[in-house]
Amino acid sequence: MTVGLGHYLLLSSALFAIGLYGALAKRNAVVVLMCIELMLNAVNIALVAFSRFLVGVALTGQVFAIFVMTVAAAEVAVGLALIIAVYRARGTVDLGKIDLLKW
Amino acid sequence: MALTISFYVLGAVVLLSALAVVLLRNVFRAGLSLLLCFFSVAGIYITLGADFLAGVQVLIYVGAIGVLLLLALMLTREAPRGSPEGRLVVAAAVLGGLVLVVLGFAVWRTPWKVAAPALADLPSPQPTTETLGLGLFSLDGGFVLPFEIASVLLLAAIIGAIVLVMERK
Repeated sequence: MTVGLGHYLLLSSALFAIGLYGALAKRNAVVVLMCIELMLNAVNIALVAFSRFLVGVALTGQVFAIFVMTVAAAEVAVGLALIIAVYRARGTVDLGKIDLLKW
Repeated sequence: MALTISFYVLGAVVLLSALAVVLLRNVFRAGLSLLLCFFSVAGIYITLGADFLAGVQVLIYVGAIGVLLLLALMLTREAPRGSPEGRLVVAAAVLGGLVLVVLGFAVWRTPWKVAAPALADLPSPQPTTETLGLGLFSLDGGFVLPFEIASVLLLAAIIGAIVLVMERK
């Protein structure tokens, strides 16, 4: 059985679902950030698979994947800085206990 | 045939290590399995013939982002308490399963107009770096403006991260 576009898209969907579960269910903020990275990787797999199987020689999907990686790097840098700042102020990274904006 | 086997092996490693990230209680082991997941995603890119992207994946995700996440785990000293699930765990599991079912159904029912041959009849893969550079920087249909905006975004992220973690005097 040959591996086609559907196999890659199913792998990408499963990875996205796992990341979504983790991002919603976990209470440690750093682990939530890890799960968001998992979801971004799933999207990248789908983009590269589309670029390989549908677009042909233009590789536009791979260019998009490079942009996704750039934004992911910026996001993780700012996100971790935020988490460390919150940890300094509150002494915890438990998302259930960070309720400054709750009223 | 070799590509088929490597796809299944790498896909299994990707999914198992991603499950380990969300299921392991020890956050350090979760972080290390995240690195394994990133690494096998780079292998998936290679089976898709995206050599440049595989290298970038190893450099940025495994090298930069993974190390940054492990460093943040060490800085926040929450490792002994593990990563417990919150109150939303059932809803999150239901939502994740629902997303998987809907996406799988959409993938299954959509009539894709596949232009390229399947993996087995692939000629030897070509280097993609030159094509990628031309696609990124060509003046008609290129991505020069998004590229410049991305550089500004990275600069803003660097400055923002420094400002956020700076000690207040």
